[in-house]
Amino acid sequence: MTTSPHYKTYPAITVEKLKPLVGLFLLSSILTFLNPRFLTLANIMNVFRQTSVNAIPAIGMTFVILTGGIDLSVGSVLALTGAIVAYMLRAGVNVLVSVAGGVALGVLLGALTGLIITKQKVPPFIATLAFMAIYRGATMVLTGGQPITGLGDSFAFIGCGYVGPVPFPVLLLAVISIGGWFILAKTRFGEHIYATGGNEDAAYLSGVSVHGVKASVYAISGLLAAVCGMVVASRLDSAQPVAGLGLELDAIAAVILGGTSLSGGKGHIPGTLIGALIIGVINNGLNLIGLSSFYQQLVKGGVILVAVLLDRRK
Amino acid sequence: MSESELLMEAVNLEKHFPGVKALDKVSLQVKSGEVLGLVGENGAGKSTLVKIIGGVYPKDAGELRLNGKPLTHLSPGIAQRLGIAIMHQELNLVPYLSVAQNILLGRESTRGTGILDRRAMDRRAQAVLATLGVSLDTRRLVAELSIAEKQLVEIAKALSRDAKIIIMDEPTAALTRKEAENLFRIIKELKRQKKGLIYITHRIEELVKVADRVVVLRDGRIVGEGQIAELGPAQIIKMMVGREINEQYPYCAGTPGREVLRLENIRRDGVLRDVSLCLRAGEVVSIFGLVGAGRTELARAIIGVDKISGGRVIVDGEVAGGLTPQRAISKGIFYLPEDRKNQGLFLERSIRSNTIVSSLRRLSNWGGVIDYDKANRMVVDYVQRLSIHPPAILRVCKHLSGGNQQKVLLARAVMTKPCILILDEPTRGIDVGSKTEIYNLINKLKADGVGIIVITSDLPEALGISDRLFVMHEGRITAQLAHSEADQERVMEFALGTGGKS
Repeated sequence: MTTSPHYKTYPAITVEKLKPLVGLFLLSSILTFLNPRFLTLANIMNVFRQTSVNAIPAIGMTFVILTGGIDLSVGSVLALTGAIVAYMLRAGVNVLVSVAGGVALGVLLGALTGLIITKQKVPPFIATLAFMAIYRGATMVLTGGQPITGLGDSFAFIGCGYVGPVPFPVLLLAVISIGGWFILAKTRFGEHIYATGGNEDAAYLSGVSVHGVKASVYAISGLLAAVCGMVVASRLDSAQPVAGLGLELDAIAAVILGGTSLSGGKGHIPGTLIGALIIGVINNGLNLIGLSSFYQQLVKGGVILVAVLLDRRK
Repeated sequence: MSESELLMEAVNLEKHFPGVKALDKVSLQVKSGEVLGLVGENGAGKSTLVKIIGGVYPKDAGELRLNGKPLTHLSPGIAQRLGIAIMHQELNLVPYLSVAQNILLGRESTRGTGILDRRAMDRRAQAVLATLGVSLDTRRLVAELSIAEKQLVEIAKALSRDAKIIIMDEPTAALTRKEAENLFRIIKELKRQKKGLIYITHRIEELVKVADRVVVLRDGRIVGEGQIAELGPAQIIKMMVGREINEQYPYCAGTPGREVLRLENIRRDGVLRDVSLCLRAGEVVSIFGLVGAGRTELARAIIGVDKISGGRVIVDGEVAGGLTPQRAISKGIFYLPEDRKNQGLFLERSIRSNTIVSSLRRLSNWGGVIDYDKANRMVVDYVQRLSIHPPAILRVCKHLSGGNQQKVLLARAVMTKPCILILDEPTRGIDVGSKTEIYNLINKLKADGVGIIVITSDLPEALGISDRLFVMHEGRITAQLAHSEADQERVMEFALGTGGKS
């Protein structure tokens, strides 16, 4: 009876957590079988780079969804920050300053959303739906619906540069993922996020500043949407007013595929990464085997549905 | 009373929950044209019994007969169709539909192709209300009605579905005296219509007024029953409380120190009325009362969850204004809520996360990075001291038993090193072994100089563990008794609001 308590009995890695990974593996195997070119280093890097555009905001979305919220405004924040940075660059502002300004703007926009949600008690879905339209509208008004082009060579590095064999966006994604994972797994803020999403009343009574936590996760989501905005604008050498249209849905899909609970309190960053990779692999793989892009939506939706149905059967 | 036929009969009903026998061989009869009063302390098994009759819970053993026929597969839908209507404390109405739509829900009048015939519905609904002698505009939205009016709608709904048996759970809890009188008149009318009623209440004077027969439940068993006319209030109270207190409560008299908490005339409109009390270090004070007496509300007022409209909270000699749970914890006040699952636990999180959540500042560095080695050591220590099972600190809490979940919450509280600990129903619904461990922990904390308030509706517990006992009734403290001078009947009288009137 007096066995000494130990904390390695129940490992952090469970079957449940491995499910998305198995899905990714299966999917990749099928695609490799259909077209062996899928499994080349060049293509894998390609998949990673394409995935980073979805995965970076998906990491922000993971924070938001872990608190039981949702952020529909990420695509619009991406477009608006991209446009502002483009204007700054065109006006001759230093690249680092422009990028820092864009990222700061993202944090600000996200924090504003968070404040509306916490202080005014507007449901996240409605608040971010409104901001999705407002920020997109602002971008359209600002740009007159025209792309802003010619952003300069040094800015191009963010989206097109390489560090060794690794594309810079992939490196960025790696750093952000590790940072996100660290916050969630190792810090007070991380514990507070899980507590808030798992049981808001209990978190409040346990002394967690629930409002602070919620406002912060929207700021993080805004930050990462802006970072992604830089990547996209840099890669295209232009800020498109329609950039990131529908991105929020792919980000949410990645989070769900990664096993994070939409009701909050349960989930993790590695899952989201795998979820984003599954979507990336579908997009890339279907291209490789020569299937029309019309089918991609169909397959993507099917995979999400199957994943969710499999998850419900326990 | 005219001859009444037997409508429903329960024979030896049994129901087990993990670690608790909620109902033990309960038999009762519901007769037409008669009101059966059901009384007992909180946790005596009244709501479990009602839920079995209403088809919410399956019974473990025994039989339920309706008009002599045994009921086997009962569900809430089937129970309703068989004519069993339950009026819960939280009423079951659709707020943004009209009175008529609610009364006729699922059986609306339509013209031809499914378009609602509102006039016909109003007529039908009015007809039902008229049999109760009630006039109510059937076109109004239910959301706009008072609680009393909503109850009328609920009763009318039951009647329109041809209910034979109507169960009312604390129907007067939120009513004014006048509204309650009106309800009693309607109950008389229902009796005249030969309905069988089960009336659950905490208020003895009301029971005497409304019921014909009474069944007293305690610890899931029937401990007394009979005609109201023959028993009388005193006898019924005696049956409710007659439990033996054994050495289950390891009370030890301590030496209380300085005053750590003083409440002066705490008021919250309609909930708390001039509540004053003080708590000293190394003292256990319990607050006893029935559901709705305002005990949890008092605790929530102390830690600043609910705003108070008057009075002062004085912590360690200083007036504490504008508290929030967070500030209360940093001042050394920790409140453990009664509703473990909804307000206490993070069910999907580990024992470790659940334990450390309120002490993270102490466990992390300036950058907010948690020292998990230190956290692990501390949590393992608590797991051992409280013998939390399984002793695996990464185990997710939803898999633990109720007793172990409660111990995890206690570990959370103790880890904050509180000076004032408020425990709300700390032993409700948990097994005897865990109970004893919790009592031992309370004693240990008391010896360490923590001031402890235990909110409880378990009377023997209230008497057994506390140095002083406060009794609350309808938002007011009705009695303060020392450990030696409290006895069950006196306390229950104060809790029922009948005490001290002699």
